[in-house]
Amino acid sequence: METFADILLRAFALIAQGDPVLRGVVGLSLYVTLSATAIACAIGLPLGAVVGGTQFAGRGGVIIFLNALMGLPPVVVGLVVYLLLSASGPLGVLGLLYTPAAMIIAQTILITPIVAALTVQVTSDMHREYREQFRSMGVGRLARIGALMWDARLALVPVALAGFGRAVAEVGAVMIVGGNINHVTRVMTTSIALETSKGNLELALALGIVLLLIALLVNAAVMTLRSASVRAAYA
Amino acid sequence: MREPANIIRADFGGTLLETRGLTYRADGTRFVDDVSLRLREGRITTILGPNGAGKSLLLRLIHGLIAPTSGDVIWNGRSLDAPARAAQAMVFQRPVMMRRSVAGNLRFALKVKGVPRHARAAQVEALLTKAGLQDMATRPARLLSGGEQQKLAIVRATIGAPRMLMLDEPTANLDPSATRAVETLVQDVQTQGTTVVMVTHDQGQAKRLAQDVAFLQSGRLAEAGPAARLLTEPQSRPMKAWLDGELYVD
Ligand SMILES: Nc1ncnc2c1ncn2[C@@H]1O[C@H](COP(=O)(O)OP(=O)(O)OP(=O)(O)O)[C@@H](O)[C@H]1O
Ligand SMILES: [Mg+2]
Repeated sequence: METFADILLRAFALIAQGDPVLRGVVGLSLYVTLSATAIACAIGLPLGAVVGGTQFAGRGGVIIFLNALMGLPPVVVGLVVYLLLSASGPLGVLGLLYTPAAMIIAQTILITPIVAALTVQVTSDMHREYREQFRSMGVGRLARIGALMWDARLALVPVALAGFGRAVAEVGAVMIVGGNINHVTRVMTTSIALETSKGNLELALALGIVLLLIALLVNAAVMTLRSASVRAAYA
Repeated sequence: MREPANIIRADFGGTLLETRGLTYRADGTRFVDDVSLRLREGRITTILGPNGAGKSLLLRLIHGLIAPTSGDVIWNGRSLDAPARAAQAMVFQRPVMMRRSVAGNLRFALKVKGVPRHARAAQVEALLTKAGLQDMATRPARLLSGGEQQKLAIVRATIGAPRMLMLDEPTANLDPSATRAVETLVQDVQTQGTTVVMVTHDQGQAKRLAQDVAFLQSGRLAEAGPAARLLTEPQSRPMKAWLDGELYVD
């Protein structure tokens, strides 16, 4: 009977050797999640800054809506994207189901509200402080949104990282729309689930360790940025 | 119900801005109460009065940042609109420093005022020199001392050559040399032809800088007129008491 220590040792060996299966899975995972994060930021950061830096009727409703979307269950997002992309669905002709693109779409939907809602928080606090000064100077709307995003930059990187962290660790949505196809749509989380059930514990554990390391790195980056921004009085 | 003291007619000098019966009420209290005041072009007017008299509120009303409950602000004979506000500038009681470097704060204001990119660097240099902040160009503005922030905020407010500059207690909490530096800046601004309105608690400062004085008490204009007269022979009880260093309670 293998002990946990044996498995752990072999898992580390897999990582140290740069096992090709492991590398393929980690690479695809990063490709999918970084793409989703980039798209979510391209949409969520400006959207959040517009809501955070503008007074308009229904603003409170928009914020409640975004906050509610933050808690979307991944499997529900997966199901909806599946229905959209499946052969009989409205976007079926694109043939995206069970491709990395489908996973990117699902993760983007999952984390855009997170990026947007956190951006609203950061920029509306700042806007409260800048508002009168901006009105006094006659800063136009576009310049105002741009300035809020720029001045909040150190606080917005952690926002992007929060989105990344949520997407990279998520299983349900990518499992449904990606199908967990070997060499095609198998990412870290879905591989861990599969390899564990197959009894291939060392690969599962190796992937788990990589995932953990990524989470650690992300958190370290957030902390470093936070203290940097406090040092520069940008918090 | 108007008391004569609230209707001040300074009949000399061009009026740049006039308030007529300006009133701001919130929660049933008149924080600014029926203030009619004329600010004359090219002069420095100081607004005096105890804490909570409504001085900062009056500046905000004059600048169009908040709408009065009743009464009017007349700028250059017309009502106060966006272009009128653009011709005014204000330094707030707590200066707002953007999360950028000292130079970055100036560059932003230059951009907003439409100064072309290639001309900005030279102007930033000139403004930093004027403020005595040459060595701090790259420091985060929010790490400057209170006095340095005031000086930066003042030169930033002069960008675009406003016709009127409003300063809300620019030297509260400053040491004598920083106060002198700020006063010199304010006088320079006036020399450039800008009309200055300045809130202060400092009698000496009013004497040194102001040509005109207005005294606020509990939201009402107790007295207004030429500094030379008001600071030596005040007519109203609150202002007399204030000059004597008493606490006036009505
Ligand atoms: N936007 C506002 N809405 C309601 N009340 C306000 C508002 N702004 C100020 N006030 C109130 O109006 C009063 C006058 O405030 P203001 O800031 O104008 O005083 P001030 O004369 O500038 O005092 P200080 O010398 O302490 O700066 C205060 O009691 C304040 O609470
Ligand atoms: Mg005040």
